[in-house]
Amino acid sequence: MSILLSVRGVTKQFGGLQALTRVTFDLPEGQILGLIGPNGAGKTTLFNVINGVYTPEEGRIIFRGEDITGRKPYEVAHRGLARTHQIVRPLNQLTVRENVMVGACFGRENHPLHRAAEIADEILELVGLKERAEQLAGSLNVAQKKRLEMARALAAHPYLLLLDEVLAGLNPSEVEGMLNTIRAIRDRGITIIMIEHLMHAIMNVSERIIVLDYGEQIAEGTPQEISNNPRVIEAYLGDPNLAKRLLEEVS
Amino acid sequence: MKKWLHPGLWLTLAILLVISIWPILTRDAALRERTFTILLAIVMASSLNIILGYTGYVSFGHVVFYGLGGYMGVYAIDKWGWPLPAGVLLGGLTAGLLAFLLGRAILRLRGAYFALVTIGINEAMRTFVSNFQPFGASTGIELHFSVYKPYGGAAEALWLTYYLVVALSLINILLSYWVRQSKLGLGLMAIREDEDAAEVMGVVAPQYKTLAYVLSAILPGMLGVLFFFKNGTVEPKDAFRLHFSIEAIVMVMLGGQGTVLGPLVGAWGYQRLRGLLLTTNWKIAGLAIKDFQLVIAGILLLLIVLFVPAGLVGWLQQKFSKLRRVLI
Repeated sequence: MSILLSVRGVTKQFGGLQALTRVTFDLPEGQILGLIGPNGAGKTTLFNVINGVYTPEEGRIIFRGEDITGRKPYEVAHRGLARTHQIVRPLNQLTVRENVMVGACFGRENHPLHRAAEIADEILELVGLKERAEQLAGSLNVAQKKRLEMARALAAHPYLLLLDEVLAGLNPSEVEGMLNTIRAIRDRGITIIMIEHLMHAIMNVSERIIVLDYGEQIAEGTPQEISNNPRVIEAYLGDPNLAKRLLEEVS
Repeated sequence: MKKWLHPGLWLTLAILLVISIWPILTRDAALRERTFTILLAIVMASSLNIILGYTGYVSFGHVVFYGLGGYMGVYAIDKWGWPLPAGVLLGGLTAGLLAFLLGRAILRLRGAYFALVTIGINEAMRTFVSNFQPFGASTGIELHFSVYKPYGGAAEALWLTYYLVVALSLINILLSYWVRQSKLGLGLMAIREDEDAAEVMGVVAPQYKTLAYVLSAILPGMLGVLFFFKNGTVEPKDAFRLHFSIEAIVMVMLGGQGTVLGPLVGAWGYQRLRGLLLTTNWKIAGLAIKDFQLVIAGILLLLIVLFVPAGLVGWLQQKFSKLRRVLI
């Protein structure tokens, strides 16, 4: 298995705040990596550093063998890295299809419009928004906007997809639907890093989990290992019995 | 080639044709002059729409391209003896070049900051030209009567400039439509809706914005040459009139920003209103008011922003979704 993304000693500060401290991990191709941690742990900051929104003070990001540290977000996107936003950012005055076409047109594959429209329709089918294609993106509800975020990212046919809390605010049946979609994406050969607060969901779908706390990487391992790790229980889960219950839900 | 068949384009072109053909059929010089100002407004509004409507950057300095382009073209015609078409092209090139240089520098600003800087640039350019000796400083350039000779005298030259401004409007509508329907347009509209999200999806925003700015500048540059050639003189206060920029914004907003038809309708409506107001004697406390249309423009802009931010065409599209097939 080859390494798709390698994050090496990444440190990011905002003024006096240490948002990330020497975060280091390798991500093999085809895996779903879960990224968890309490609020303010630096999860979204890590995404922003990986996709070029922020430049880290220290450390390097190696993507498909190329150092992409300090590249602009669009340069990172062209290399096959796509993401969704925690707070959805639909292009409100464009239709759902046009939103997805932006991903296909300007992402890794740089398609012309007519081909992008075909890809958009395929992807909208996959994420279950096909009937909404002609609607303005601003008129969707939150769950649909989350799916739209994902569709836009997927339309670029990325190698790596960063999902930032795509399950937040969804009801249980929507969560189930979304998890199935995520697995379907992985089965297409796309590597995924996902940030999530819904513990049972992320334990269920990830092969490996990294835990951040105050910008530090406090644990890394399989979902099983993470739920048994005393530091994680202390910092994040709080209640050891909760961990046990979650573990039972997984199995 | 399916996209060339959008009925909205044909409708827009048909309206433009109806507006511009009457003076040619009737050979009525007074009507021609009135229509000339409408077409002038259409080119200003429709070109501004590329940066304002599609890209979402409010420019108060659009007239700087018209002014500088006009100066360059008139200068070349007067001092170097260039023929009119060459002067027009030079005007367009100059404006495009200015937009390219400016774009690199100021398009990294967003929102109100960009808008403010565009005003500053127009004022700076006016001050510069007012003191620039080759352009005649504050008195400007007066074309010698003999420049109209090759075109069959001044009367015929007026008709020629009219035909050229019709051509320019036509090119502008086609350009606007092409941008709207192209990948460039999709990228620009993505920038308008959310520039950061667009960059994350791979839109090279700095490049796209600069391109949009250059495209929006070229036609007013050419237009300036036509107007000042017809006018016979060019002066700094006419070339860099800030309120012409603001009127162009009102036209775009009135008709519908980000649409092909909107700026045309807005420009036509605004100019008709302006003509009406100019020919009526408005007096407050016994004093005649100069430029009363500007008062109306200000009120109009306020009302549009408050109640119909999408403009007439945008409002129709929202209200009657079936109209989307014929309105663009």
